[in-house]
Amino acid sequence: MPTTASAVHPLTDVTASDSTLRRFLHGLPGVDAVGLEARAASLGTRSIKTTAKAYAIDLAISMVDLTTLEGADTPGKVRALGAKAVRPDPTDRTAPATAAVCVYPDMVAVAKEAVAGSGVKIASVATAFPAGRAALDVKLADVRDAVSAGADEVDMVIDRGAFLSGRYLKVYEEIVAVREVCGTAARLKVIFETGELSTYDNIRRASWLGMLAGADFIKTSTGKVAVNATPPNTLLMLEAVRDFRAQTGVQVGVKPAGGIRTTKDAVKFLVLVNETVGEDWLDNHWFRFGASSLLNDLLMQRQKLATGRYSGPDYVTVD
Amino acid sequence: MASVFEYAPAPESRSVVDIAPSYGLFIDGEFVEAAEGKVFKTVSPSTEEVLSEIAQAGEADVDRAVAAARRAFEKWSALPGSERAKYLFRIARIIQERSRELAVLETLDNGKPIKETRDTDLPLVAAHFFYYAGWADKLEHAGFGASPKPLGVAGQVIPWNFPLLMLAWKIAPALATGNTVVLKPAETTPLSALFFADICRQAGLPKGVVNILPGYGDTGAALVAHPDVNKVAFTGSTGVGKEIARTVAGTRKKLTLELGGKGANIVFDDAPIDQAVEGIVTGIFFNQGQVCCAGSRLLVQESIQDELLDSLKRRLSTLRLGDPLDKNTDIGAINSAEQLARITSLVEKGTAEGAEPWSPECELPSSGYWFAPTLFTNVTQAHTIARDEIFGPVLSVLTFRTPDEAVAKANNTQYGLSAGIWTEKGSRILAVANKLRAGVVWSNTFNKFDPTSPFGGYKESGFGREGGRHGLEAYLDV
Repeated sequence: MPTTASAVHPLTDVTASDSTLRRFLHGLPGVDAVGLEARAASLGTRSIKTTAKAYAIDLAISMVDLTTLEGADTPGKVRALGAKAVRPDPTDRTAPATAAVCVYPDMVAVAKEAVAGSGVKIASVATAFPAGRAALDVKLADVRDAVSAGADEVDMVIDRGAFLSGRYLKVYEEIVAVREVCGTAARLKVIFETGELSTYDNIRRASWLGMLAGADFIKTSTGKVAVNATPPNTLLMLEAVRDFRAQTGVQVGVKPAGGIRTTKDAVKFLVLVNETVGEDWLDNHWFRFGASSLLNDLLMQRQKLATGRYSGPDYVTVD
Repeated sequence: MASVFEYAPAPESRSVVDIAPSYGLFIDGEFVEAAEGKVFKTVSPSTEEVLSEIAQAGEADVDRAVAAARRAFEKWSALPGSERAKYLFRIARIIQERSRELAVLETLDNGKPIKETRDTDLPLVAAHFFYYAGWADKLEHAGFGASPKPLGVAGQVIPWNFPLLMLAWKIAPALATGNTVVLKPAETTPLSALFFADICRQAGLPKGVVNILPGYGDTGAALVAHPDVNKVAFTGSTGVGKEIARTVAGTRKKLTLELGGKGANIVFDDAPIDQAVEGIVTGIFFNQGQVCCAGSRLLVQESIQDELLDSLKRRLSTLRLGDPLDKNTDIGAINSAEQLARITSLVEKGTAEGAEPWSPECELPSSGYWFAPTLFTNVTQAHTIARDEIFGPVLSVLTFRTPDEAVAKANNTQYGLSAGIWTEKGSRILAVANKLRAGVVWSNTFNKFDPTSPFGGYKESGFGREGGRHGLEAYLDV
């Protein structure tokens, strides 16, 4: 299986200048919105039942980046979240742990302690999340904070203003700089805020830009705007990582985030993965869900499959 | 293809449809035996199970049905359009209410996936009745004169690939314009037409307005030749279409023919590749390629040939072939043993002529009629598989270098039903579409149907248009 490597591949020279980068990104195949949305919708009609559903639910749980990104976050709240990530269903120890806990940089140390020894990763949104409107020094300091506090993964936002005004090289250089700070200590997830990029062509270009700059994951959104992860934008990003691997041999993960709340939704995303990039991406090293409320629905559906009965929200924990 | 994420079977229940052990002909509002007492069996293509025994109409039955339609015509055509519209709206609503039942029935009798009958066929069937119901009281505004008149009795012969949808294309405009109908469904797929007969009764449609005569080619021939039929409409093979044209020549009957095709799907180097791949798949593997307007010739610009073919092959490997009643099935069964034999022999011919076949790893069920999705590379205009209609899940891939060459190759066929253009450049879409000699040209999509949009062919793909305002003309004395 190809593994993530730093940005040394046949496409390295396209980032030589703003104009070569622009030419490359604008030379990518276009996206027909109607066709993309139709494909995503048709995959959404797959009927997943019984054993396949049980498999999908456990897989989805293991892919959740259990997230709290509130101004009101406290150590107590983060510790509770960590405990839940490690043992999502206290009544059924066969439920898998989530992939990670995702917090602001100042909470990384607390989260790290809460999940110690469990294998659950700590992801931190750095780089002046969610707007990203700060000087590069500030963003890098934010990342440095997170990494030194023990973050295994850094979720960075791109400068959408620079992207939309066509300053692709600036966006590229920022990602490279953050990538350098992450070093080998942390995997880097690059968040595009697809709702703000607005067009599918932009999302494909951003995906390639992020991958060229050395992203380990490309991520749809912050969860803080109106339009977050959707089946079409995730399908498009899956196509991008697939094509990128075919050209460079480098495999990049995908993380839809925001707005995925139900098991039904999560299963639809897994079908997209399964039928677009296949089993190489069907584990939590390569695919994640950024979510705060999805886990409970997955657990309730899991209990229903196991017992034949639907118990209700008081049978799962509120954290 | 084995995967870590296997979908458990999700079969649609057969219990929603109740198929009787035998069916009669539907004449003058009643189910009746055939005069000669002949019957034939209809089987499920995916299992070869006998579904029912069907009365086979002969010449005497055609006489009876046409006479019933003639009697009904007097009253039906004299009804105000708004009254005819009420019946059509009622039929459309009953089709919607019974759509799950009809979708399962169609899948059992035809072999196509439930996904297609449920999500494509039935919604379109209802939409056609709704659409033409809307026209029934507005015919004077359709652009065919101040008070256009119906023709009389319409003799209609439909194929097995979209049994209920083709019925809707034929019957809805005929009734809306005040004609009465004698329809012969295909011998391999008569059931949904007989269920439709029941829907006509449920809707209280006056007796004799719609008559259904299952049978083989000779039944169709008798219907077409019947002296009291005023209008003939046929969808099917070009060979039979030519026979019909000879029969009708010199009579006063009006004729529309919707025949074979060998549609070109043209992919330029600036196309949205991922969506083009989906469009190619829809173009040729929808309904196992048993579609007259299928995009069975892929014309790809040489510069992106390798990239596109890699993508296409990868995509074909994810197609799921099997039980058509499973909601996850993409490719169902071929409609009949006869059709399977035809596909097989053309594919053998393609290989013998030097084209290279490719199919994804694919396990075929042990009973029923199945053919794995196949694409041929190294195909030229001189190959049989680039010229003859295969009517199966077989794609011929050709290349071109310039837009002019693409147009020349696309038009270099005896057919002219459909074509597709894939490019991100709007001006190229318009320029190329204007030069393509095909009844329908899709751009950045394929196999999209809508009751408001006229459909029909150039050259040996037939003449006349069905659907839309244009579809009214075929049933009016204009």
